[in-house]
Amino acid sequence: MAASSRAQVLRLYRALLRESQRFGGYNYRMYAIRRIRDAFRENKNIKDSEKIEELVNKAKANLEVIHRQV
Amino acid sequence: PQDPRVLDSMLPYLTAYYGNPHSRTHAYGWESEAAMEKARRQVADLVGADSREIIFTSGATESNNMAIKGVARFYKSRKKHIITTQTEHKCVLDSCRSLETEGFRVTYLPVKQNGLIDLKELETAFQPDTSLVSVMTVNNEIGVKQPIHDIGEICRAHKVFFHTDAAQAIGKIPMDVNDMKIDLMSISGHKIYGPKGVGAIYVRRRPRVRLEPLQSGGGQERGLRSGTVPTPLAVGLGAACEVAQQEMEYDHKRISELAERLVTKIMSEVPDVVMNGDKEHRYPGCINLSFAYVEGESLLMALKDVALSSGSACTSASLEPSYVLRAIGTDEDLAHSSIRFGIGRFTTEEEVDYTVEKCIQHVKRLREMSPLWEMVQDGIDLKSIKWTQH
Repeated sequence: MAASSRAQVLRLYRALLRESQRFGGYNYRMYAIRRIRDAFRENKNIKDSEKIEELVNKAKANLEVIHRQV
Repeated sequence: PQDPRVLDSMLPYLTAYYGNPHSRTHAYGWESEAAMEKARRQVADLVGADSREIIFTSGATESNNMAIKGVARFYKSRKKHIITTQTEHKCVLDSCRSLETEGFRVTYLPVKQNGLIDLKELETAFQPDTSLVSVMTVNNEIGVKQPIHDIGEICRAHKVFFHTDAAQAIGKIPMDVNDMKIDLMSISGHKIYGPKGVGAIYVRRRPRVRLEPLQSGGGQERGLRSGTVPTPLAVGLGAACEVAQQEMEYDHKRISELAERLVTKIMSEVPDVVMNGDKEHRYPGCINLSFAYVEGESLLMALKDVALSSGSACTSASLEPSYVLRAIGTDEDLAHSSIRFGIGRFTTEEEVDYTVEKCIQHVKRLREMSPLWEMVQDGIDLKSIKWTQH
């Protein structure tokens, strides 16, 4: 499945950052933005599609976590 | 602050899944128990233990009490001696004091100027009837890291149980109970961005450590700690441990950088600042600085929009200078001028810069007002002054 395409990953990234902006607490907001950016940057060269899918699923789960709390 | 991922893990157990984990007869109980056991495993994984060796408590204070009083009382017919250090957390020292009234003998090991204990002194402190050694891994006031590996080896050699209060160390530096030969360990929830009101104690099973339980009741937690386990809090603790394990490297690197930034900036702008505790063997997120010729409390008041302390939360109500600083040999006046800066996962660079700027500004202002500072500038040796009686 070519589901984890570059476009999809970027969409997720933007969605995560956008959702994090909605955190009321300064520290949570800054942490979320910083952590998301650093995590995506760290993993940007991964080529193994299984690993990519695992990371994408983790990102989706985290997106839901943030969504529940903003 | 609590990590949002921790809160998320707790939510279901605060709402729909409200069962008592000890109820064996219905699904509410079963799912609650499953969550509790999962949390137990998460805590165990962080320290390299088996999940049967983790007991949930109400916090590290309770764990410390259980470890010290429990072990001492269980073996009291043959062993009546305990070794600890002078820089331990209040609850450890207080437990020891209460044991002394029960007829036990306690040796409080002194620490060197850098806050670490002298291993040779530890060796000579052992007596034929020593039952327990208790040394905290990372000090909560000055941040020094004790040589736990070495202490574990020594205790194993003497066949004495080794308890460590790892509240400030867990999830921040790698801990392994087998590697470090630890027999009992106290864990605190809110120190690793988990909920307040929960903690855990690790009790080794091989070789078995026996404890006399503090809390009597229905026999929960292997009979060692009766009482309903607070499922949402336990789940939170488990999640906090798991997140801490994943984030340990990232957090440590970041906190080290922020700490370096804070200390370097302050020390380059302001003279006569002393960092309490060893520079190398420490956890970077807990920095204790003494600003000479400035009163600590007034600096704290000036920095009141920053969450700082001159000591620790449990001693913040008392006006005496910290006993930890006194133990490392800090002069009375420097001990009064100390501030503890805590940097954690959620601290931002801006917060550090703001704190540094305000700190420098106020230290300079307070020193301008200080007659002692004036005298020092004029080259007078403060120790040679004869203060007159009025």
